[in-house]
Amino acid sequence: MTERPILITGGRVIDPSRGADGRADVLLVDGRVEAVGVGIAAPEGARVVDAAGRVVAPGFIDLHVHLREPGQEDLETVATGAMAAVAGGFTAVCAMPNTDPVTDNQAAVGFIVRQALRAGKARVYPIGALSMGQRGELLTEFGELIGAGAVAVSDDGRPVVSSHLMRTALEYAQVFGIPVADHCEDPTLSHGGVMHEGLVSTRLGLKGIPAAAEEIHVARDVLLAELTGGHVHLCHMSTRGSVALIRRAKDKGLRVTAEATPHHFALTQDRVEGYDTNAKMNPPLREEADRDAIREALRDGTIDVIATDHAPHHYDAKEREFDLAPNGILGLETALGLAIRELVEPGLLTLPRLVELMSTVPARTFRLPGGTLATGAPADVVVFDPAARWTVDPGTFHSKSRNTPFGGAELVGRADLTIVGGRVVWERA
Amino acid sequence: MTAAALGKDLVGLEPLSAEQIRLILDTAEPFKEVSERPIKKVPALRGKTIVNLFFENSTRTRISFEFAEKRLSADTVNVAAAGSSVSKGETLVDTARNLEAMRIDMVVIRHGSSGAARFLGERIRSNVINAGDGKHEHPTQGLLDMLTLRDRFGRLEGLKVAIVGDILHSRVARSNIWGLTKLGAEVAVCGPPSLLPRNVRDLGVTVLPRIEDAIQWADALNVLRLQLERMQAGFIPSLREYNRVFGVSSERLARAPKPLAILHPGPMNRGVEIDSDVADGPHSVILPQVTNGVAVRMAVLYLLAGGSPDWGAEGSE
Repeated sequence: MTERPILITGGRVIDPSRGADGRADVLLVDGRVEAVGVGIAAPEGARVVDAAGRVVAPGFIDLHVHLREPGQEDLETVATGAMAAVAGGFTAVCAMPNTDPVTDNQAAVGFIVRQALRAGKARVYPIGALSMGQRGELLTEFGELIGAGAVAVSDDGRPVVSSHLMRTALEYAQVFGIPVADHCEDPTLSHGGVMHEGLVSTRLGLKGIPAAAEEIHVARDVLLAELTGGHVHLCHMSTRGSVALIRRAKDKGLRVTAEATPHHFALTQDRVEGYDTNAKMNPPLREEADRDAIREALRDGTIDVIATDHAPHHYDAKEREFDLAPNGILGLETALGLAIRELVEPGLLTLPRLVELMSTVPARTFRLPGGTLATGAPADVVVFDPAARWTVDPGTFHSKSRNTPFGGAELVGRADLTIVGGRVVWERA
Repeated sequence: MTAAALGKDLVGLEPLSAEQIRLILDTAEPFKEVSERPIKKVPALRGKTIVNLFFENSTRTRISFEFAEKRLSADTVNVAAAGSSVSKGETLVDTARNLEAMRIDMVVIRHGSSGAARFLGERIRSNVINAGDGKHEHPTQGLLDMLTLRDRFGRLEGLKVAIVGDILHSRVARSNIWGLTKLGAEVAVCGPPSLLPRNVRDLGVTVLPRIEDAIQWADALNVLRLQLERMQAGFIPSLREYNRVFGVSSERLARAPKPLAILHPGPMNRGVEIDSDVADGPHSVILPQVTNGVAVRMAVLYLLAGGSPDWGAEGSE
């Protein structure tokens, strides 16, 4: 089945992969970018989209989401997660392997790939588990996982405690040219912690997780990247100390990449005040100086990408004592609005730089298709209004879950049209 | 001041003003006398239904609340977590809503998770009183400590109180810090650095690294219970060494420039954080604390139920 060609006219086309930023038309034919230029004529039967006043960019790519399928389909499925993704302007997401059963074999990877194809929304790239059952003991069969469609390996949600295992993963992954994504946390130091360790945890009487719990593993991973020459990708960085360690690693030319979440550049530990379980996440919300360091690292490229760590949880699970509530919040449908409000509006980032952080660099980091409007590239495109002011109503989310600390917040910028493979998969009514 | 004097719930001393804390202490004064009568009962809460919801074991606090409730003529029900629907997996919010559906007036809650009392208070219409939530606060303990200190010294302003021991895990320490500093006392904390919380100085307290320093400095020591689990979790090497380094002994107290009042929230580990001759000695106010606990809890129950602060006149009818 071939789709109608789509001509997007008059928008501000931002494509950092080609250094492009200006008014232009974008023509998509047969699932590919056919042409980008001024005054392109609409082919016979094409759908013409007027994008005047809006930005046309390669679709966003989220390197870190939890889609909960298989195992916790009451929280999210591949289909609902992929729908939430396109509603947020994402054309591809990478699904972490902490499913039930764990995505640690080719059948499990293939299942997620098939569910994504069936849903027909965002592209979903599974991340295979690094160790069998995410138990941190035996390596998974990286080759088999990749053959089935995985794009990276990670034990995300669980730190890789054994430095030997991390080392061998970084070595072995080089056979396949994939990154090893790590959730940096020393569990013997964070043990039992439920928020950042600092004045707020002291006042609330909650067990804290010191910044050092993250930084110890960041430092270790940097050293192991140096030892092995492997590519380590550091998930959801949250502390100023981590930023300093990554900066030094990059200065040395090591293959270290890193991501930061919208909540870590938007919020601080103060948000936990009142024991709001929607502010409970791991790594936890940190101090102002940490948040500012994350912002600066996104500006200067020390942190390579924005990734959401989209983590659906049921209402009941968050409606409980803070100690007992699960970690994590939704991210896909609020990421763009938060990034523009927190980073672009204050003048920290330009829109082209934001598109780099959400599309161009994520594609490059995990070696994924997309992230560009070069001729012949997949027709994965987002059209967004960078000035739209809107109020978050979790009731309207496409995700199955509602867990967000941003309910009622006013955000700036949202996706109006999302195209995957030349097909319109999301259009704001 | 009237019914709204304290708000709906008492979850901690941090949110209270100095005036509100003083109101509770002043209201407790006439209630002390009720417990000294042959017939220890006043009708202040007649017809009110109170549930004591204890998710953690407690003897002293639960009995103290129960006496306070009964001496105010309230109808009370005790729910312990073990053997209740909680042990069948019911969530806190469901437990609370079911209790409320039985049209109760107040809940006294003890829970192992910090924030549990506030959580409950935000979800039910009844008054909620925190009888200790995790490592957060134990406001009535803080209040009874303050009342005992005020009895002993006649004032709190300018008084130097050192809290000794496991500050990190202590809700008693937090309530004492908030209450005492709001009423103008000077507060120091003293204990192994591994048992002091991060940024504790930002709560407005001094950190004294050695027990000897605390004894030189203070007018009163509030000695916290050291739980055995702390040793197992690696915070201190042994109870024996804790006693050697931080234990409050009569030898150490003998070097104090003035006799110190000794408080302890109980239950005591004799020979660990406090030596028996100190606990039983002339400067110990540990039993007066327990007596005051009933009066303070009567005051809190009475004020939250909407009682007028000048109860004294009414009560002597």
